[in-house]
Amino acid sequence: MLEIEGKLQAELARGIEALQTVAKVESLEAWKQEFLGKSSLVMQTYGSMGKLAKEERPVIGKAVNQVKVGLEAALAEKEEGIKTASQQETFTKETLDVTLPGRTPRRGRIHPLHLTLRQIYQIFGDMGFQIYRSPEVETDDYNFTFLNIPPYHPARDMWDTFYTEKEGVVLRTHTSPGQVRVMRERVPENIRVILPGTTMRYEQLTARSEIEFIQVELLVVGKGITFADMRGTLNDFARRTFGENARTRLRPSFFPFTEPSAEMDVQCFVCGGEGCGVCKGTGWLEILGCGMVHPTVLRYGGYDPAVYSGFAAGMGIDRSTLMRYHIDDIRHFRNNDIRFLEQF
Amino acid sequence: MKAPLSWLKDYIDLDGVGIEELANLLTNVGLEVESVQLVGVEKPEGKLKNKYFGLSWDKEKFVVAEVVEVNQHPNADRLTLCELNDGTGITTVLTGAPNLFPYLGKGRLEKPLKVAYAREGSTLYDGHQPGQVMTKLKKTTIRGIDSRSMICSEKELGISEEHEGIIELDADAPVGMPLVNYMGDVVYEVAILPNMARDASILGIARELSAVTGRPLCLPEGVAMEKGGAIAEKVGLEVRDAELNPRFMLGMVEGTHARKSPYWVQRRLSLAGMRPIDALVDATNYTMLEIGQPLHAFDYDLLRERSGGKPTIITRTAYAGEKITLLDGSEPQLDPQIELVTDTVGPLSIAGVMGGGETGVHAGTRSPLVESANWNFINLRKTLSKTHINSEAAYRFSRDVHPALAETALGLCLKRVREWGGGEVVQGVLDEYGKPYEDTVNRISAQDIADVLGQEISLEESTQILERLGFTCLIEGSEMVAKSPATRTDIETGIIGQRNLVEEISRVYGYERIAPKRLSDELPPQIGNPGLEAEERIRDIMVSIGLQDTLAYRQTSPEREARLFIGRKAPEALAYVRLKNPITPERTAMRRSAMATMLELLEYNAKFRPGLALFELGPVFLPVADEVLPHEALRLSIGLTGAWDVASWDRPQSKAMDFFDLKGVVEGLLDGLHLEGVKFQATGHPSFHPGKCAEVRVGEEVLGVMGELHPQVKKNYAFGQDAVLVAEFDGEALVRLSNAVFTNKAISSYPAMVEDIALIVDESVPAEDLEALIWQAGGKLLVDVKLFDVYRDARLGDGKKSLAYQLTYQAFDRTLNDKDALNIRNRIVKQTKNTFGAVLRSQQEIR
Ligand SMILES: [Zn+2]
Repeated sequence: MLEIEGKLQAELARGIEALQTVAKVESLEAWKQEFLGKSSLVMQTYGSMGKLAKEERPVIGKAVNQVKVGLEAALAEKEEGIKTASQQETFTKETLDVTLPGRTPRRGRIHPLHLTLRQIYQIFGDMGFQIYRSPEVETDDYNFTFLNIPPYHPARDMWDTFYTEKEGVVLRTHTSPGQVRVMRERVPENIRVILPGTTMRYEQLTARSEIEFIQVELLVVGKGITFADMRGTLNDFARRTFGENARTRLRPSFFPFTEPSAEMDVQCFVCGGEGCGVCKGTGWLEILGCGMVHPTVLRYGGYDPAVYSGFAAGMGIDRSTLMRYHIDDIRHFRNNDIRFLEQF
Repeated sequence: MKAPLSWLKDYIDLDGVGIEELANLLTNVGLEVESVQLVGVEKPEGKLKNKYFGLSWDKEKFVVAEVVEVNQHPNADRLTLCELNDGTGITTVLTGAPNLFPYLGKGRLEKPLKVAYAREGSTLYDGHQPGQVMTKLKKTTIRGIDSRSMICSEKELGISEEHEGIIELDADAPVGMPLVNYMGDVVYEVAILPNMARDASILGIARELSAVTGRPLCLPEGVAMEKGGAIAEKVGLEVRDAELNPRFMLGMVEGTHARKSPYWVQRRLSLAGMRPIDALVDATNYTMLEIGQPLHAFDYDLLRERSGGKPTIITRTAYAGEKITLLDGSEPQLDPQIELVTDTVGPLSIAGVMGGGETGVHAGTRSPLVESANWNFINLRKTLSKTHINSEAAYRFSRDVHPALAETALGLCLKRVREWGGGEVVQGVLDEYGKPYEDTVNRISAQDIADVLGQEISLEESTQILERLGFTCLIEGSEMVAKSPATRTDIETGIIGQRNLVEEISRVYGYERIAPKRLSDELPPQIGNPGLEAEERIRDIMVSIGLQDTLAYRQTSPEREARLFIGRKAPEALAYVRLKNPITPERTAMRRSAMATMLELLEYNAKFRPGLALFELGPVFLPVADEVLPHEALRLSIGLTGAWDVASWDRPQSKAMDFFDLKGVVEGLLDGLHLEGVKFQATGHPSFHPGKCAEVRVGEEVLGVMGELHPQVKKNYAFGQDAVLVAEFDGEALVRLSNAVFTNKAISSYPAMVEDIALIVDESVPAEDLEALIWQAGGKLLVDVKLFDVYRDARLGDGKKSLAYQLTYQAFDRTLNDKDALNIRNRIVKQTKNTFGAVLRSQQEIR
């Protein structure tokens, strides 16, 4: 090996070692001058190539090239390292307090009662029920008489009615008038509908009672519809709403437009039947009234009660929504206080 | 209806039926138990589903005792010292009860006074505090005399509110017996459904229990009665209209003397919620509570005196101008619809509702004449709707009472008057039964029952249930023939009668025993509800834009809606659906304007948030001439005020919203509904700022109006500085014109060219028209036009404006070049120049 080869090898080792101690971009210049500058061994060697013996030239040329490539590679790596390190420093200075609050976008929300309605539409829709709506201002006939509640019938006491100044026109006290309306429209087809909508009763406005509230009613008319079908349908509804283990019970009740009539309770979903404030210690929550459509109502609807039968059920969704979200005041729904609505 | 257990047990053996179990039985048969009052007895163990309240009487501490001597307290006039035997010996008990004063200084009492005695340490209700406050008896010293125990009033024991005097038990009460064993009780308060008014009586409830338990019912017996006889000599009877007064009976007792009823009677009345008065009144009330037939007792001597001889009772409707003063002192207006009980002199009572003050029984009555009648319930309800009188009698008669009960009740009542008030029953009764009620008969098969219930119940089991409810049944082949009991009028005939029977059978059989099934009939035609689907789509779009969904009250007042107009003056008398019985002056009519609702919602919420964005979708109610019902028109209202953005900790609140924020929301909605051909046009509206109001139309049809609230209208509300922006849309039109299905535009895979141009036009040229022309001139390679600047400057010339657009060109089949762009631009410049005189601004000036 020629002497110069040895020197060049040593120069490479020295250059790499010297690079170790360099920490700043500015110091790199000096290093470049020393190892790759005009007076550096590498460049000097290139400069003196012409003076070399012919046979030495390729050997030394190869050697000096290797050393130069090696030094340049080391330099590039070092430069990259220094750059990354200095960026890292900048990044560190940019560190955020991630616990500061985010910027709130404006978010719209569906009203809680509309949420409940949509859930009910979905459940009954799955069961083949369609949606039928009817007027909120109704005739006395549809609201009462056609529902087997003739004038001066004791059952009229069951509803505190808003009367309009027009004789025979009332604010509907329930969604049941829709029963006769849908029957008259669809006769003689089978009927499987839900009747949602706002209803109004003359009651004191308190945290527990409203003058306006939303009801959803259910009507099935066909040949051979039975009380057992009603129980099955309502049980399915309860399970879809309150969970697959929801337990229900039926108690006798009275509605003029159904016979037999019943009240359905579901085991309290808050305490699981143990008794709590929501169920007033009874373990049960009253969720709907139901019964077999009264023959008189079928007749008013145009269906022959000797051939057709049906069942109906009605529930107030304000109350169930109250229970679901532990809402303390039923009036929140229509006061539309933004602080209340924003929570949904 | 409150039913004491001890009273129920008069008619049915309930041994072995627990307190809680009985409550559940009642609820399950249709008599929902609202509460259970414990009178002395202990609360049952285990998990209880019913609401309990009341006091339990410790067997060691509460006993029957007797007062043997009553002496004056040495240092207090109003206090007495009683020598009392509680079965273990004599103690002295201090009391202030006024009903002991008569025994003062009588020495050893000939007949000791039986009392309810509470020993030291007893827990009972404080008799001197309102409501029910628990207290424990401790030794106290009152005016130098020690007091450790107490002789109790009803209030202290939780029987009634009566606390003036101590209870005087019946003479046969066994001294030393624990009080709870002697008279402990449980009171079930049950809700009476309108179709079960027959159960507004102890016997009615007992009959339901008999049906549901299968235990026999034991009916009470009254005095034997025969028609006519001696009573006919004493009083006459005339019923003018049997339709209104199907039956009227009179019976009489002579020689009564005013005194209290036995204590057990008083206690039962108290527990059932009626105030004991005296033996005569108590006898009528007791019988009413017992079987559900109201009765009334006249003082015969007063009637005789009034008439100046043998009185005649006449039932008839009121004459015009006739007057009566009732027991409660009221003087209701009478008219010829109202049925009365009168004599030859004038009105005695409003039939079935309330007696007059003059002729009823009183403390000195010797000869009570007892009325037991039946009244037409519909006519009675008309009377009640006019007079607004509440009474126990009216409650029952207005729900229809079976006429046979008049007879049963009279026999029972006469027996009680004689037993409790003394005297002898006058022989015979008067009975005008002009409209006999025929009990219905129905035929029903097991198949008929199964057809309704979907559950097989044997004819035998159904028969047993009906018989226990008082029906008379006979099985003929596959059918049962059921005659309705002579206590109820609610069972009809034909298909309805059958259904009535199915209800009776199924509720006693138990709804829980009917196995649930899934519907298996054919589904009806699936026609859907596109209107509702579109409404829900509108809600989703509005919410996705960032607006809050709300729900409006339907009831408002014309005055509230008049706030929409300057000076709160609606332009003309608007027709409203007005309420006859509004709940408050703020809600006298159904709303006409969704905008009015929206402004109220914004006003209410403005104080809670710096910016609001609300919408509401619901009906307004517009009366239609010659139509019975109003048009319930669907409206969408939108309300914005304040800033859209919410200020954050490092970024200030953005500017308050203006017209174009509202327009953007509206455009977002219409875009979401895929409405085609929408135009905005400046318009005038009394509620809006004259220069900041537009109507939205598709062709000739106006969909809605929007704009900034008129500053003078804004003054009608409590708003701050920020503009209030409102829109009101015809929801039905939106639903009708919306397209759930639309043609999706293809996206080109070739690059687009973008360039800006600015056109100078007269101020009078609407931006919308200029843009339409640009689209037209640009041809199919022009794929987007965006206005990005509106500029006015003196250099442009007076009355001129510069509109700058960013234009995008793109083809589906190739990459466009500069020549293509030049062609398009030239077409646009040329056509806008020809039509609007537009001048192209140099490129450098634009940005
Ligand atoms: Zn609970």
